[in-house]
Amino acid sequence: MQFQFANQGLAWSDAYFLAQGLLNTVRLAAAATLVGTLAGIVLGWLRTVSMTVRIATAPFIDILRSVPMIIQLILANSLLSILGFGTSPFWFGTVALGAWMSAVTAEVVRASLLSVPVQYRKSARSLGMNGYQELLYISMPLAFRTGLAPWIGLVLSLIKDSALAGVVGYIEYMRSTQILITRTHETWLLLMGAGLFYFLICYPVSRYSRHLERKVRV
Amino acid sequence: MIRISNVQKAFGSVIVLKGIDLTVEKGELVCLIGASGSGKSTLLQCINGLEPIQGGEILVDGISVHDPKTDINKLRSKLGIVFQQYNAFPHLTALENVALAPRVVSKRSRAVARALAQKHLEHVGLGDKGDSLPSQLSGGQQQRLAIARALAMEPSYMLFDEVTSALDPELVGEVLETMRLLKSEGMTMVVVTHDINFARESADRVAFLCQGEVCEIGTAEEVIDNPRKEQTQKFLRRENRKPLEIVRSSVA
Amino acid sequence: MIGMNGYQFYWSIVWDSLPLLLAGAWVTIQITILAFIIGTLIAMPMAVARQQGEGWAYRFSTWWVELSRNTPAVFQLYLFYFGLGAFHINIPSYAAVLISVSFNNAGYMTEIFRGGLNAIPRQQLSASRSLGMTSPQSFIHVIFPQMFKVIFLAYVTQGIWGMLNTSFGMLVGLQELSGATQYAQSASFRTFEFFLVTALIYYLIAKGLQFSSHLAFRLIYRS
Ligand SMILES: Nc1ncnc2c1ncn2[C@@H]1O[C@H](COP(=O)(O)OP(=O)(O)O)[C@@H](O)[C@H]1O
Ligand SMILES: [Mg+2]
Repeated sequence: MQFQFANQGLAWSDAYFLAQGLLNTVRLAAAATLVGTLAGIVLGWLRTVSMTVRIATAPFIDILRSVPMIIQLILANSLLSILGFGTSPFWFGTVALGAWMSAVTAEVVRASLLSVPVQYRKSARSLGMNGYQELLYISMPLAFRTGLAPWIGLVLSLIKDSALAGVVGYIEYMRSTQILITRTHETWLLLMGAGLFYFLICYPVSRYSRHLERKVRV
Repeated sequence: MIRISNVQKAFGSVIVLKGIDLTVEKGELVCLIGASGSGKSTLLQCINGLEPIQGGEILVDGISVHDPKTDINKLRSKLGIVFQQYNAFPHLTALENVALAPRVVSKRSRAVARALAQKHLEHVGLGDKGDSLPSQLSGGQQQRLAIARALAMEPSYMLFDEVTSALDPELVGEVLETMRLLKSEGMTMVVVTHDINFARESADRVAFLCQGEVCEIGTAEEVIDNPRKEQTQKFLRRENRKPLEIVRSSVA
Repeated sequence: MIGMNGYQFYWSIVWDSLPLLLAGAWVTIQITILAFIIGTLIAMPMAVARQQGEGWAYRFSTWWVELSRNTPAVFQLYLFYFGLGAFHINIPSYAAVLISVSFNNAGYMTEIFRGGLNAIPRQQLSASRSLGMTSPQSFIHVIFPQMFKVIFLAYVTQGIWGMLNTSFGMLVGLQELSGATQYAQSASFRTFEFFLVTALIYYLIAKGLQFSSHLAFRLIYRS
């Protein structure tokens, strides 16, 4: 009985299941991007202006970039459960992906702020602007132009990495695909669907990012 | 009046200024000349507090620039500075470049700041370029824009750091013309330059910097045409041999 | 242990499994290095093809680059593992991970190399051709050595990315470092302790790779 069920072909209800997965991928990626970017901007700025913060946070950034996302997800999952911070896979995924995003965004923010020619900043200060005015009106807008394309690249990485959130029980698109493959054995159709889904999101965005990069360079 | 007394400045262990004494009177144009690396840019940036100093004192209208109690941002609006390059903020139009500081520093309304900006753009001959981005302006126009931007804060002093050195020879003239205009209006100016001809024609006094000190100071006639110190003579001989300078002076 | 809800950390069990984890780490290192080499060998001609801007080789490498960069690396692994399996081509999980990480490396490296090639003056190629070298000879002896110097940092970073991607082996039952950890912790459910140690091992491998590649760079370029 169960085996018959397991080999059942694709049904219309599965389309709904996949749509749920798709929505979950978007939700997770959006939440982690938002959290990670905001934290990353603050962290990156602090790392630029304060030597103490730079030294104190260096291990955090280094480790998040040298440990696989799967491991980070599993660690976030088990640590947050141990600490009693709920059991929601969405939350685990957001914490793990958001932490990674904040670390890499901080580095982009820092590099972009440092790439602002010191002369512009001196010009601004020479006109009587204070440090915060200079940051707000000169450094940030200029850093934004250099940092935008690399930041988009990070968002793309994050979207792709969100496909791993299945390991902590979050049913995003890749995980729902895998579940359906196990049940229906419609391997190619489902895999092609998954490939297309990610490609259709990532390809246009990465094209745009490369276009931006070229524009900034000239 | 700018009064610089015994100013010492080091970057780490590298001593750049060893005790500079210099006074700039109201309405005067003082040219600073000297080999590259002699500390001319550093001195200008010390004058408006962009660089800290390790000893001595700089007084601008009697106010000490490096005294921690001084409101440096307020003092700076008295001192306009224009650099060799990277002056115009690339993300703002010419008008916005000029209007920004009046708006955020002097807290003028947007409309007043824009009107003021337009007035100063016209002053330097860029009245019709208000909507252009710096990338759409020539190097000479960008430098004039930087001058207009500084003037919009209504400074009492203008500091120029080799403002024509990065320009194509044919663009040098328009910038020097603008500087001459300022002088004719009575602006007090400190001008770092390699353009010996400009110094000879326009400077009230010329100061030659070498080895972190003011080696020789006097009228252009004294310092450029009849230098007494050996270092000054050597420096001027080298400058006169540079082919680029000859081209520039003939255009200017 | 305030706020730990009375959880007691228990490390000795991880210590007992260390040989298993280290065996997994060895598999991780193997695949990382092999995939790095394979990726490099594929990426070199593809980068040259990408520079051409036309022809079948250009189109082929463009497809490869766009596919590898715009889909999740774990999708690429599933494609080789489950996808081929559906055609009754059953490759071992080791091979599937190696192929997919190499595929991914090759795509990213192609773009890194292309950036490096763009930074090398065109005259270098004409100069070596004028000395009588063939086109492949010129690339191997003149162009590529210069290119690697330019792109070195990004290249090593990609190698480490490849190492991180081998962790997906866990999802197809391969006992590389992650898979071995997953297996070792399944008896005790001491997930946190086990994976924390594993994270540390990954970190050490990453640092080791970084250090040795910088050393290699110094030796090769004498700088
Ligand atoms: N930010 C800095 N950090 C360290 N050294 C500096 C810095 N700025 C200038 N210097 C050094 O100070 C000396 C004087 O530089 P500068 O004032 O730019 O000379 P000039 O404008 O006369 O060519 C040079 O030796 C230069 O290398
Ligand atoms: Mg200078």
